[in-house]
Amino acid sequence: MTADGGRDLNRPVLQIQNLSVDYGMGDEPVHAVDGVDLTIHRGEVLGLAGESGSGKSTLAYAVTRLLRDPGVIVDGDAFFYHYPKDGGQPIKVDLLSSDKDVVRSVRWSEIAVVFQSALHALNPVLRVGTLLDDVLKAHNSQMTRRQRRARSIELLEMVGISGDRLGSYPHELSGGMRQRVMIAIAIALHPQLLIMDEPTTALDVVIQREILEELMQLRERLGFSVLFITHDLSLLIEIADTIAVMYAGKLVERAPARALFHAPRHPYTYGLVNSFPSLHGEQRQMTGIKGSPPDLRHVPSGCPFHPRCAHAMPECVTTTPPLIQVEDETGRRDVSCWLHDGRHSVPVELGISPSEAALSPGRVTAPALEDGEL
Amino acid sequence: MTADIVRQPMPSDDAEPSERPVIEGIGLTKHFKVRAKRFGARGTVHAAEDVSIALHAGRVTAVVGESGSGKSTVSRMLARIAEPTSGQLLLDGQPVQLGRSVSREYRARVQLVLQDPFASLNPVHKVRYILGRPLKIHGYTGEDIGQTILHLLRRVALEPAEQFIDKYPHELSGGQRQRIAIARALAVQPKVLLADEPVSMLDVSIRLGILNLLADLRDREGLAILYVTHDIASARYLADTIAVMYAGRIIERGPAREITDNPTHPYTKLLLSAAPDPDAADATWAGARGAPPSLVTPPSGCRFHPRCPYAMPVCSERTPPTFAVGPAHGSDCWLYDSSAESSAAPGGAIP
Repeated sequence: MTADGGRDLNRPVLQIQNLSVDYGMGDEPVHAVDGVDLTIHRGEVLGLAGESGSGKSTLAYAVTRLLRDPGVIVDGDAFFYHYPKDGGQPIKVDLLSSDKDVVRSVRWSEIAVVFQSALHALNPVLRVGTLLDDVLKAHNSQMTRRQRRARSIELLEMVGISGDRLGSYPHELSGGMRQRVMIAIAIALHPQLLIMDEPTTALDVVIQREILEELMQLRERLGFSVLFITHDLSLLIEIADTIAVMYAGKLVERAPARALFHAPRHPYTYGLVNSFPSLHGEQRQMTGIKGSPPDLRHVPSGCPFHPRCAHAMPECVTTTPPLIQVEDETGRRDVSCWLHDGRHSVPVELGISPSEAALSPGRVTAPALEDGEL
Repeated sequence: MTADIVRQPMPSDDAEPSERPVIEGIGLTKHFKVRAKRFGARGTVHAAEDVSIALHAGRVTAVVGESGSGKSTVSRMLARIAEPTSGQLLLDGQPVQLGRSVSREYRARVQLVLQDPFASLNPVHKVRYILGRPLKIHGYTGEDIGQTILHLLRRVALEPAEQFIDKYPHELSGGQRQRIAIARALAVQPKVLLADEPVSMLDVSIRLGILNLLADLRDREGLAILYVTHDIASARYLADTIAVMYAGRIIERGPAREITDNPTHPYTKLLLSAAPDPDAADATWAGARGAPPSLVTPPSGCRFHPRCPYAMPVCSERTPPTFAVGPAHGSDCWLYDSSAESSAAPGGAIP
């Protein structure tokens, strides 16, 4: 792979290997995350899409060691790579088996997390200034009070809040401003990776757009990587470089964002892409995906998507498909579907060439491509 | 078309001689008194101001807006859960006596489906009870109740119906629960279905199923449907007509595709440019210039004027009426006032 627009896709920041997380032990554990491999590179924005219960948030909690009982990491590895400022060899930190103290030193200074509900994530009895000051003091003991205050004001202004808001309590801020404060706290220590778990889901669409624009500008300036977790695939297409789609705890497809949207390979991705009505073109009937997401206590055998899949074959019921690498002109992608193992003919809508699809502004549809009227 | 939701300044010959709306609100206004002294805010929340909206049989009207725009208040006024402070409500052309207790006939005509099917269904009762109760209250008796319930379940595509009738809400998925909530609303044979954010609590992959069900009910059974949503793309998908609300007022209304393809009001443009749009080729974001105003002290004149890039002196002085900008397409914006010699011509100064 090659470097692309300031992003260095050769140098991983976070490497997750075969991660499995269960809730509960004993006879009937729920497999919330099931054998997921995922790598985030320097400067990359990786979108992790999935519906509720797909395991996307659990994955984030597990790699930051924030998982609470009854969550148990049962298998796998997660490595964080710290790149020294002088350009030397990266330092590899084992996030799952290291001592809590080692993880604590990495968490926030290197990996920061922004959660969905800023109202619940911010301590309601502390002023914004105190919240920022705490983070700086805990990780930078040599900073003076004055330096911390100056840095706090600088951070607030970076996220578009005037510095005199240091004295405000979280409840005095609007939802959008609270989420901005969360982002300011997250970037306070120059982390290399920002994990954002549905950061804008609770916000109105205009505020969501403002925050995303600011976030992307900060990313350009500061060069951190982002793991952006959301159920809103249509949002990810605009901000992510790469998108990974999870279903019932498993990774089902990973591809460059535009390729994934215009030419999905997995039937679930195809269904998900076609669950978002477009703002352009003809108003046409869309079907979504039949059925409901599975109950994780009784995940279907084989491919977990097979009961909802229009292309299910006998082996889908019996055997779980591995992640198969597919090559096309947009590069490599991974897809977990038996249709792409080379022995089956790929249905038309799952074999669209991304370059063809890119020519048409519309979205891939089963019978023919609709022309977008832009 | 629903041309008659557009008010005075629209040339009347533009309006089709359409059939009478099933339900019509004229100048609906809702003010909530705020008494919480301890927050220092004592006053009136102007939740909805002079909202006129008409729902026609066999059509879906979408009300689109951000939180606090008053879109839910409109649906609650039509459902008469919140009585309008002023304004008129017509059901089948007959004025409804406001301020009195709501008649059973009204409830049988107008039904409301709420956002959260995890909260709107009583968890201790089975589907049979949940759907049977409105039937009993509205005078169905005896053995046909069981058959009617099965029929209701089939109408919302919960099949085999026999399997669903004895389930508890917790045994159902979110999408199935929302279908039960819709079936409960349909039990009393309403003519009007008010759906307040019916899919926003549901998983993405099953939202379209519910929207398609609403479209089916419109097409097969000729229901007049109000679809309240914050998601303008889904409004475009489902609705025939879209009304866009901002800070308690409808600021633009018209045919659904017309609103999304040729928006005229600066706020509608802002809303559309902010919506996630994977099909747009790298659109630029011009910025939102602030946030929606307080509804306790709304701005004078056009409530969008403090944020509007095209604001003129008149915008802060007088509330714009609805100007016709296309067939059945009205916009509450002084930019489209063709009588004012000083104002910009539509399409001229307006990008």
